[in-house]
Amino acid sequence: MLDTLRTLMLTFLHAFQRRVTVQYPEEQPYLPPRYRGRIILSRDPDGEERCVSCNLCAVACPVDCISLQKAEQDGRWYPEYFRINFSRCIFCGFCEEACPTYAIQLTPDFEMSEYARPNLVYEKDDLLISGTGKYPDYSFWRVAGVPIPGKERGESAHERPPVDLHSLLP
Amino acid sequence: MQFLALLSAAITLIGAIMVITRRVAVHAVLWLVVTLLALAVVFALLGAPFAAALEVIIYAGAVMVLFVFVIMMLNLGRPDSDREKEWLRPRAWLGPALLATLLCGELLYTLPFRPDDTAAPDLLTARDVGLSLFGPYVLMVELASFLLLSGLVTSFHIGRHRLRER
Amino acid sequence: MTPLPLLSILLTPLIILALATLLTWVERRLLGLWQDRYGPNRVGPGGLFQAVADGIKLLFKQDWIPPFADRGVFVLAPVIGMMTVLMSFAVIPVTALSGIAGNLNVGLLFVLAMMGLGVYAVVLAGWASNSKYALLGGMRAAAQMISYEVFMGISLLGVVMTAGSFSLYDIVTAQTRMWFVIPQCVGLIVFLLAGIAETHRLPFDLPEGENELGAGFHTEYSGMKFGMFFIAEYAGIVLISALVTTLWLGGWQGPVLPGIVWFALKTGAVVVLFILLRAALPRLRYDQLMALGWKVLLPLSLLNVTATGTVLMLRSAG
Repeated sequence: MLDTLRTLMLTFLHAFQRRVTVQYPEEQPYLPPRYRGRIILSRDPDGEERCVSCNLCAVACPVDCISLQKAEQDGRWYPEYFRINFSRCIFCGFCEEACPTYAIQLTPDFEMSEYARPNLVYEKDDLLISGTGKYPDYSFWRVAGVPIPGKERGESAHERPPVDLHSLLP
Repeated sequence: MQFLALLSAAITLIGAIMVITRRVAVHAVLWLVVTLLALAVVFALLGAPFAAALEVIIYAGAVMVLFVFVIMMLNLGRPDSDREKEWLRPRAWLGPALLATLLCGELLYTLPFRPDDTAAPDLLTARDVGLSLFGPYVLMVELASFLLLSGLVTSFHIGRHRLRER
Repeated sequence: MTPLPLLSILLTPLIILALATLLTWVERRLLGLWQDRYGPNRVGPGGLFQAVADGIKLLFKQDWIPPFADRGVFVLAPVIGMMTVLMSFAVIPVTALSGIAGNLNVGLLFVLAMMGLGVYAVVLAGWASNSKYALLGGMRAAAQMISYEVFMGISLLGVVMTAGSFSLYDIVTAQTRMWFVIPQCVGLIVFLLAGIAETHRLPFDLPEGENELGAGFHTEYSGMKFGMFFIAEYAGIVLISALVTTLWLGGWQGPVLPGIVWFALKTGAVVVLFILLRAALPRLRYDQLMALGWKVLLPLSLLNVTATGTVLMLRSAG
């Protein structure tokens, strides 16, 4: 009996405590920089696409929501199309961890409601941003030993010049 | 006033007829409730609001709910009503019907000889009822309390018995 | 007694319905307050029109009668629930001059009778739905409400004996010197608990019991028929609160402010208590409910009647 009255009293006193509700659309919650939200494709510092369409993200994706096709131009690989079905995406971040070039990244944004389900399928145009995302200085093509126009073999960062097999010098 | 009394009397009669003609037991009980409510209105119009209220509280509000409760538990179906139809042979209903007809005739015969006090009857309050219950009718109250007490003891005994068996 | 009886007969149900609708919003806001959140606060000022929005939603929902249900009784049940609650308000004297039949000489018995008939709404809804959860809810409701009606009546006897009348108007005027909440506090507690059980509100909402019976007796109901059950429940809360105000808290009497304001204030306080009980207490088990009723509240109310009678006897003798 007394316990019941105490319960009533304690519950009543909660009227004077702070409310924990965040009034969402007016009052935005703080999202940390590494929050796993909407997926984007970033560009390297030169403004070129980072994605080399290695398909590792599509393999890592547990719900198979990523689809892409490789294309090649002057030795550079890039995705011909890159499609993420956000109606399936579970925002696990595995694609970001799998990506060898930091191209695919998750952002602190989750406001992507749509009235029609097909509108949740994002194409490459929707995914590509013009910036570098979380890794501003990294450029895959500058460190990779693959020759591209404007960078011959041996000119990459941390790369020694290629050995001349026809020379007899050690 | 006269019209209201006649109307509620008619509803009582119709309700009673519906009670004995319904197939579904719950419907019959509902018509019985209607009958009791109409009867309560008759009581109220006759100047006995206390009796009317008790009629609704005890009969319509408690006893009939228990009826519905039991019928809900029994889950009667088609075979039960067929079996019941078998029980209704002329040999079973002829006697009661004859007696009821006799009673009806008696009622019709006495109808013209009613005492002609057309004045509105005095309002019978709870106080009057209480005074008469514990005055001239105290023996009846005591007998009823005997009955209730024995019922209480019996139900207590049955309940205990079941508990021990388990 | 009323200057315009017909007008008040027409107006009272409308006011009660509006109040009950409003109460759905009040309850959700208060529950939110006590659970450190907001509750509905978007539609209109402070979310006030949430009740209206809910009403519109209910009105436009498909009004479905299950094919396995007993059609007539299925439709009848919510109507009974609504009618009995609204009828009970007829005898409640809001102020000395308003109310429909405030000084009906068996007013209190009339309220009890209507509450007794109110059981049918729940029981018939459970039976007519022809589904096991609804039936279980209906059976629980029947047993619970019949049990609690017994000592609801007995708990009122103390007040009736002290005031010497069944008329609610006389009972209020008998409280001019002292509210009955002081001499009759045991009766008040028993009546409050029985009232919660009668309106099947938490912590006695076993007939509904969402987590064990779906929604209990109204599992199969949808649309406005469900809405009627819903509104009837809230109107029932208002009714019990108004009765507590009339019988124990001195009705419209109070200093300075006009009577109707006092009545509304007292009734509102009891309604808030009802909602607080819902916010704080968990649902009882069925055997606990019955044990509380028959082993605690019934003896308590009988003792109350005996004590009141003894005191009255001694006072009249001495």
